[in-house]
Amino acid sequence: MRDTRRRLRRRMDAAAHGLFLLAIAVALVVLAMLLGDLLATGLPRLSWSFLTSYASRVAGRAGIVAPLVGSFYVMLLTAAIALPVGVGAAIFLEFYAEGDRPSPLRRGLTRLLQLNIDNLAGVPSIVYGLFGLAFFVRWLHLGRSVLAAALTLALMVLPVVIVSTREAVRAVPASLVHGAYALGASKTQVVFTVVLPAALGGILTGTILSVSAPWASRPPCWRWGPGSTSPACRGAPWTASPCCRCRSTTGPPCRNGASGRRPRPPSSCCWRSCSA
Amino acid sequence: MAAVTTHPASQGPIAPDRATPTPVGQDLAGHGAAGQGMQGFAVRDLSLFYGRQQALHQIRMQIPERAVTAIIGPSGCGKSTFLRCLNRMNDLVPGVRISGHLSFRGLDLYRPDADPMEIRYRIGMIFQRPNPFSRSVYENVAFGPRINGYEGDLDEIVESSLRRAALWDEVKDRLHTPAHSLSGGQQQRLCIARALAVSPEVLLMDEPTSALDPIATGKIEERMADLKREVTIVLVTHSMQQAARVSDYTAFFLDGRLVEMNRTERIFSAPSDRRTEDNITGRFG
Repeated sequence: MRDTRRRLRRRMDAAAHGLFLLAIAVALVVLAMLLGDLLATGLPRLSWSFLTSYASRVAGRAGIVAPLVGSFYVMLLTAAIALPVGVGAAIFLEFYAEGDRPSPLRRGLTRLLQLNIDNLAGVPSIVYGLFGLAFFVRWLHLGRSVLAAALTLALMVLPVVIVSTREAVRAVPASLVHGAYALGASKTQVVFTVVLPAALGGILTGTILSVSAPWASRPPCWRWGPGSTSPACRGAPWTASPCCRCRSTTGPPCRNGASGRRPRPPSSCCWRSCSA
Repeated sequence: MAAVTTHPASQGPIAPDRATPTPVGQDLAGHGAAGQGMQGFAVRDLSLFYGRQQALHQIRMQIPERAVTAIIGPSGCGKSTFLRCLNRMNDLVPGVRISGHLSFRGLDLYRPDADPMEIRYRIGMIFQRPNPFSRSVYENVAFGPRINGYEGDLDEIVESSLRRAALWDEVKDRLHTPAHSLSGGQQQRLCIARALAVSPEVLLMDEPTSALDPIATGKIEERMADLKREVTIVLVTHSMQQAARVSDYTAFFLDGRLVEMNRTERIFSAPSDRRTEDNITGRFG
């Protein structure tokens, strides 16, 4: 009786092992197929000049240097803005918001704040894009710059950075925090000497994932980000999106800058070409 | 090993006055304590609430200096909660409210302008489970002096603290290896060294050996016997044998109340309260 049950359990173990192996195998095979296809199709057409040229109406001369460099700058600046602000906000919520003598009012306010941050994480990116356009580009007169795009994206990833930082901070064992307090450390010392070093891994994982997420999807500021129109249209050196390439080869030509006509509303030119 | 090292940091304003003998009253449970108000801890009518629930009821007691005072009692009787009142660690627990009076050497610990950081600097704490930081052995011991702005020879403090915790010989060749590579017992002694590095006047120990094997426990108890000559020790323990072995005074807690406190020999040979006797002889708890 006991023997058969043990044998059964051993078989279940082997089966589970196999299933999990299958799961990782599926993921890896799909990845390999994607990469293989990408390389097989793309490699023959890839050349140094493709990476270092701007967009052109002549497909053979077109390149992706503008979106490549633009994306890199925007991503870097986004991380540089979102990381300190997000980590700071999370630390405030976790350690300072309720104060030394928590009252129901302060606790309620903190909860409300937290709820709103969680909700912000679920706002569709197009809303951030429109807000960025209205606020940073128009109202603050930042124009279609790397800065405006980075600020918008930073706003967009901020809730995720805050939530993941809070999770990482909460995962720091209370015993370590109490150990530091018991040696006479101030709250700020506890945060900087014990909590942040211990939570650093989690914070960076969350930040990197959240900052890179917009590049996998299609963030709104591609429509109007830094030189979202190609150099041919705007004279801006970098863009944040690859869509200018498809526009410049397949979309309608646009010549706002060159022809001296009134610049078009930022959405029209790129938007159409991307969805085309 | 037993040599008492003179500590550089103990030259500060908080250095214990070693010339003062410890007065010892026969009845320590808060009565007749008039003549010794400036010594050790004086606790009067201390009550503590977690929200609406009362965890400590009107505790009155006197904890003498440079001795080991054990606090015993069944689980949930409030002994750890009481211990955390002594260095205001309960401030970190949301929803805790305290009433009554608690002073150390005549200083009211709950005066509105009392600084919890200063109090915790003077009154160190050892926890139930060893909790070294994820740093090197050296950095763990140097942590306290560093955050308290000590400007002096850190190497010397680290060495003398590790010696006082009887850990020096075991770690002197690997001061810069991670603290987590030490065994559990060594980690707990490292935590003792870490606490000693800021020259506290009191060490609060919250079941410091409950996660350790008998040999490691023996080493920690040896340390207590040595350290009590310089430092007042308050020990929470669930082990009657440990209280009998290492403590000079024993306080018995039950359901958030202090049942009785006396010299350890008396508590264990002739307890005045029936409930104490039941507990010590293992009838409950």
